[in-house]
Amino acid sequence: MDIVSTQQRKKIHPHKFTLWVAIASMIMMFAGMTSAYVVKSNQAGWQEVVVPKIFWGSTVAIVASSLTIQMALRSFKQRAMSPYRLLLAITLILGILFIVFQWMGFFQLWEQQKVTLRGSGAGQFLYIIFGLHALHVLGGVIALLVMLMKAFFGKTKQYTAVPVELITTYWHFVDALWIYLMLFFLWVG
Amino acid sequence: MHANPEAIMAHEVQHDGHHVHHQSFITKYIFSQDHKTIGKQFLITGMIWAIIGGLFSVLFRLQLGFPGESFPILETVFGKTWAPGGTIKPEFYYALITMHGTILVFFVLTAGLSGTFANLLIPLQIGARDMASPFLNMLSYWFFFLASVVMMSSLFIQTGPAAGGWTVYPPLSALHDASIGSELGMDLWIVSIALFVVSTLMGGLNYISTVLNMRTKGMSMTRLPLTVWAVFFTAMIGVLSFPVLLSGLILLFFDRNLGTSFYLSDIVVNGQIMPNEGGSAILFQHLFWFLGHPEVYIVILPTMGIVSEVISVNSRKPIFGYMAMIGSLFAITTLSFLVWAHHMFVTGMNPLLGSFFVLLTLLIAVPSAIKTFNWLTTLWRGNIRFTPAMLFAIGFVSLFISGGLTGIYVGNSTLDIQLHDTMFVIAHFHLVMGVAAFFGMFSGIYHWFPKMFGRYLNPTLGYIHFWVTLVGAYLIFWPMHYEGLAGMPRRYLDKSPWVSFNQFGELDRMISIVAIIVFAMQLMFVFNFIYSIFKGRKVTTQNPWKANTLEWTTPIRPGHGNWPGEIPEVHRWAYDYSKDGRDFIPQTEPVGANEKIEH
Ligand code: HEM
Ligand SMILES: [Cu+2]
Repeated sequence: MDIVSTQQRKKIHPHKFTLWVAIASMIMMFAGMTSAYVVKSNQAGWQEVVVPKIFWGSTVAIVASSLTIQMALRSFKQRAMSPYRLLLAITLILGILFIVFQWMGFFQLWEQQKVTLRGSGAGQFLYIIFGLHALHVLGGVIALLVMLMKAFFGKTKQYTAVPVELITTYWHFVDALWIYLMLFFLWVG
Repeated sequence: MHANPEAIMAHEVQHDGHHVHHQSFITKYIFSQDHKTIGKQFLITGMIWAIIGGLFSVLFRLQLGFPGESFPILETVFGKTWAPGGTIKPEFYYALITMHGTILVFFVLTAGLSGTFANLLIPLQIGARDMASPFLNMLSYWFFFLASVVMMSSLFIQTGPAAGGWTVYPPLSALHDASIGSELGMDLWIVSIALFVVSTLMGGLNYISTVLNMRTKGMSMTRLPLTVWAVFFTAMIGVLSFPVLLSGLILLFFDRNLGTSFYLSDIVVNGQIMPNEGGSAILFQHLFWFLGHPEVYIVILPTMGIVSEVISVNSRKPIFGYMAMIGSLFAITTLSFLVWAHHMFVTGMNPLLGSFFVLLTLLIAVPSAIKTFNWLTTLWRGNIRFTPAMLFAIGFVSLFISGGLTGIYVGNSTLDIQLHDTMFVIAHFHLVMGVAAFFGMFSGIYHWFPKMFGRYLNPTLGYIHFWVTLVGAYLIFWPMHYEGLAGMPRRYLDKSPWVSFNQFGELDRMISIVAIIVFAMQLMFVFNFIYSIFKGRKVTTQNPWKANTLEWTTPIRPGHGNWPGEIPEVHRWAYDYSKDGRDFIPQTEPVGANEKIEH
């Protein structure tokens, strides 16, 4: 008896669909956070921050990584494994770079602008919202790491693009989410 | 000779299952990926929680019914710290009501309910071998289990569990020093609920994508049983609202442990001024109720689906207004996101904003009424079989009406200024949500127990269970309306110092005694449940209720994969009862040449 769920699949692979619903869910979490920000920013005693420049570096890194992962997916589909491995590795490095930049940004905010966790202004929101986003990127980095291991050492004979497609979609999502958050802090913040 | 063909088939499947999967005890019963087993795990964990949560309510009812009286056994059980001299300490009382709410709303009526019936019914009723991702599904249970372990452990720490109410409003919840229940217990509460949210999301994702992607041939969306529609919308609500609670709890955690003050400002504790500045406690209420209100529909929607199904099957009539039932589920789902501030009418919100929320809130009465009328019309002139499941379904409708009507009272901001935080609100939501959802859940358990365990629950005990619980629930909660109208606050330890409330002393005593009886009745149900798993009357036919849905086309005890052969194909909706001179026509039966079909 075969209970593999994909057997019955319709137009869209169930796992992909699941990912899209999960993305909706993550969007709600960040929407909750940014709404809280808006509510608070209209109250007395609100403290602003200057968004550290280094976050532009993060932006470049993550946008570039979105490109490389898309290319990686294309290579995979063309069964060009060595460019696939290379592009995946670059994406991974860019992802790690992004997290490092975020860390440096936090550090600058803390050291130069002396924004600590005391209070409830834009700075505290920034730590939490960007931190939460970075955790999501970290999740992606771990997934990429696993994929990369498989690309190098795996002996799978089955050639399915689904896992690569899943991680690509997720990666584009954290990229888009970052752009939203960056714009949010620049304009609303 | 045992010549029952179905029994033989069932045997073969089990046999088969053993050979194909080589399941050990661990993979079969513990880390199982079979949706039916996971459903049972949710059910049994939920029942354990229900006993604990119910017991807590009996304890605080002792305090409310007999304030100041001493029950030496309490000191024996809970020790001197919590019940010195056999009376319940105020801190203990608050811990009890907080845990009662948390346990019943989240652990029993969310995880225990959705987890059980979404898992059991979605694959079986849509014709799938399992969920879209059986692995994620298993994880969903184990995250719930972890959440349970953490919450349970908070009951045993020295400072006790969270005690700021199930809504965990700051500042009580945000300051360690605010009260004894604000210490470690509150941190564990946050951690546990965070795990719980993860579990709910994993479950919900799976339910949604399974319903949309894994239906068998012929099972169009408009042929789905209403149970599936209901858990589908429930999952949508959960997936979109729980993350917002998580956001709120993350900020709360930072406030508590890392020095921020999102929710705190100008607070003095024991004469000491707290350093927190600039926060807003109301912000938390917004984030909480953005989940909190949808949450009440997460609790009620699955039972609405169960009740629709059980009423139709046992009236031997098609459900009245099938499309209207789906439409009203959709309307409730949408509106549930737009009314949260009706819990906050007295927070000083702009009255104009308040009146928008009044309007949207009262709009929910429309789809609720549509559903109610459709249940009643389905019952009307039906050929009713009063099984225990059916009685509980009818009881559900009664309770939903009684509690729903008072929703219209509290939904009016002008009236709510008087009624907010009184016993009236307690009466409202216990009838409409608490007891009604339990009735829906009982209905589902009595109805699908044969599918889960291959045996019946004892019906005589079922009838006793039903009547005592129904009468008891009304005796407990009806009088609370009068208390609330007289201004009696909820969550107060002792109201006897108020002369004006003395008139309710007798009433409160009666309520407490009935509560104990009703609780005992639930223990009897638990006994029936456990006894029947092993010793109940065996199911001997594949389709004991003569129902149309697909779960009754599986063997009596289906193995992993549900159907031994091909998955059946579907040719009609689930509600062809008493049609063309026939009692029922299963979904798998092809449409006759001259037959007119509904969907
Ligand atoms: C016509 C429909 C309904 C309306 C207009 C309505 C309105 C309200 C309002 C305004 C409150 C806040 C009262 C206050 O705190 O002062 C309330 C409380 C509550 N309602 Fe309803 N309600 C309706 C149906 C329901 C349903 C169907 C459920 C659950 C299935 C439900 C569950 C609750 C709960 C749990 C609370 C109390 C939460 C708490 O403060 O602890 N209500 N309702
Ligand atoms: Cu509400």
